[in-house]
Amino acid sequence: MTAGPGTEEAQPVTSALQSAPMPRKVTAKKLIVTPIVIVLALIGTYVWISNVSLDPIEKNSLSGALVRQALWQHIRLTAYSTFFVLVIAIPLGIALTRGGVRKASPVATAIANLGQSIPSIGLLALLTFWLGIGPRTALVGMVAYAVLPVLSNTMSGLRGIDPQLVDAARGIGMSGFGVLTKVELPLAVPLILAGVRNALVLNVGTGTLAGFVSGGGLGTLITNGIVTQRTRVLIVGSVLAVALALFVDWLASLAELQLTPRGLEES
Amino acid sequence: MPEGDAVTGATIELDELTKRYGHSAQPAVDGVSMEIAAGETVILVGPSGCGKSTCLRMINRLIEPTSGRILINGEDVTGIDPVKLRRRIGYAIQSSGLFPHMTVAENIAQVPKMLGWSKSTVRDRVEQMLDLVGLDPREFHGRYPRQLSGGQQQRVGVARALAADPPVLLMDEPFGAVDPITRDHLQDELIRLQHELHKTIVFVTHDFDEAIKLGDRIAVLREQSHIAQFDTPEAILTNPADDFVSGFVGAGAALKRLNLTRVRDVGVVDVPTAAMDDPRETVVDRLREGTSNELLLLDRRGRPYKWLRTGDLALAKGSLARAGTPVTGHVSRDATLRDALEAVLTDSAGRVPVTGRRGEYVGVVDMETLMNSVHELLEADRMAAIEHRHDLEEMRAHHTQEQLEAGFGEGGR
Ligand SMILES: Nc1ncnc2c1ncn2[C@@H]1O[C@H](COP(=O)(O)OP(=O)(O)OP(=O)(O)O)[C@@H](O)[C@H]1O
Ligand SMILES: [Mg+2]
Repeated sequence: MTAGPGTEEAQPVTSALQSAPMPRKVTAKKLIVTPIVIVLALIGTYVWISNVSLDPIEKNSLSGALVRQALWQHIRLTAYSTFFVLVIAIPLGIALTRGGVRKASPVATAIANLGQSIPSIGLLALLTFWLGIGPRTALVGMVAYAVLPVLSNTMSGLRGIDPQLVDAARGIGMSGFGVLTKVELPLAVPLILAGVRNALVLNVGTGTLAGFVSGGGLGTLITNGIVTQRTRVLIVGSVLAVALALFVDWLASLAELQLTPRGLEES
Repeated sequence: MPEGDAVTGATIELDELTKRYGHSAQPAVDGVSMEIAAGETVILVGPSGCGKSTCLRMINRLIEPTSGRILINGEDVTGIDPVKLRRRIGYAIQSSGLFPHMTVAENIAQVPKMLGWSKSTVRDRVEQMLDLVGLDPREFHGRYPRQLSGGQQQRVGVARALAADPPVLLMDEPFGAVDPITRDHLQDELIRLQHELHKTIVFVTHDFDEAIKLGDRIAVLREQSHIAQFDTPEAILTNPADDFVSGFVGAGAALKRLNLTRVRDVGVVDVPTAAMDDPRETVVDRLREGTSNELLLLDRRGRPYKWLRTGDLALAKGSLARAGTPVTGHVSRDATLRDALEAVLTDSAGRVPVTGRRGEYVGVVDMETLMNSVHELLEADRMAAIEHRHDLEEMRAHHTQEQLEAGFGEGGR
């Protein structure tokens, strides 16, 4: 960078984004290390379980078909809830930063905050009174829990944009929709993606609680392990959940790398 | 390619334009009326907060006027779709406003794309615009804004504003955030561009020197954008309408006036000259014939080389090559009188050779010629201003007359 009065003014966007929470950096090291750690943990657990003698209850709980089913259910829960989170939080975040609706934004953030500040297990318990037990309840709980990071990141991403840029975009003749899709959203992408990544990981985590409300998923293994007092079942469930969380985070970081507009990367 | 004097700009007329923000008691802009000719560069200057930006942004309706009308090429644009309007008006702002996630080429292509130009036309246009603002298309095409210096960003900003060939260009302190040297360059570039393009430019600045340099006419605004004076730079410098304007012009109006005239527009004096290879006798003769005791020795290409005095000849017995004092400073014919004055003041003998395009000798300026030129200039300015005022008064009188007659007509019915 050259010195001079122009330099500070010249890059208002990056500075505006830096003042907002910056997404975690994706380094090449992390891209390789994470999958290795995951694979090693899974292999280790597998080898360990194969080499100890299991009692019938354990054998039953850890049968290949059951574990696969739990894992699959968990992935589906995570995918669905994340989908709903995106569909709800991003448009809501956009709406809450537009003209007249802007006044409603404190209320909306307060509600979203509430969703997250209630302990997730308590939230699920409350929801069972309303929706009964089953995967649907689990899904609603997970969505309520993960809307906040995406919503708040979408909003701060859009708010952090230099007003001069929006002015320039309008000034050269972009419509309101054009300004949003061609300028504002692309510039908010890094922050929105960071929020989505956060939500994904949160969802894998809260997904384990689905077991308590008969929602399926890896939580079933964990609850089984607790109820039947079989620590090994509990450990397998937990290791799988952790591995899934790390894997999802890794995938999301790949997406982040891919989707961040090139002009915004640090060189 | 530059096309002679073809005016591509449009006229702009502001008619009693007023803006009141929210429920504030005082309007930010209060009834501004202004007529701007096609191809003219008009500068809005005034103290901070006087409503310059508001005024400018009402022209492309980034700010909706509370009342009043805007006419572009005679068409009332106050009611039309503002998005369509803005695509016909170039807009450049202080921080360049380039989109950081788009390359230079994508930034410039925005408006042509929105107007539905074909891909290949847009591509050619981008190259052309980069050339126009003095950036090598091959080098800068694919760069991102953060990979450019402030000055380069500003150039791209101007290129983007001009990409769809709009007749009108609005600029809000476009060079306010770059260092003085870059600003000077950018101003020169804008003058060159405008020489080729003849757009109608409305330019906001709070730098009066910038206004003098760029403006065909300057509108000095006081608070609420009341026009204190709207006239040519010369007229404002020599004949400020009131204390507010003279306060804004600041000290040294006469000095600033020197910036507006170039050496080629005033008389230069001739001194005896000789070529390096001329025989010694010729040189001696010329020195004796001349009125001054000095002679300018030119090199083989006719460029000023050395000053020779009578005394020098006596000292240097051998060739002329070693005699005399080398010429240290010179000014080109395109230099402003201010540059010339600077050079004359710093020259030990108070005279400086003037050179042409290739550096060849054209004449000499000294203190006396400069003084005479400046006096003449100021005198001419004053006469012009008086005449102008006279014309205005006559027009106004005529106007009143008409109104009176119209009034009588109605009254009679
Ligand atoms: N969006 C707004 N809402 C309310 N008041 C505003 C708004 N924009 C500008 N103003 C007020 O209007 C007046 C004129 O502002 P404007 O920005 O046009 O001034 P300016 O001449 O461009 O000043 P500067 O040289 O500092 O840029 C100021 O008093 C300012 O406070
Ligand atoms: Mg301003």
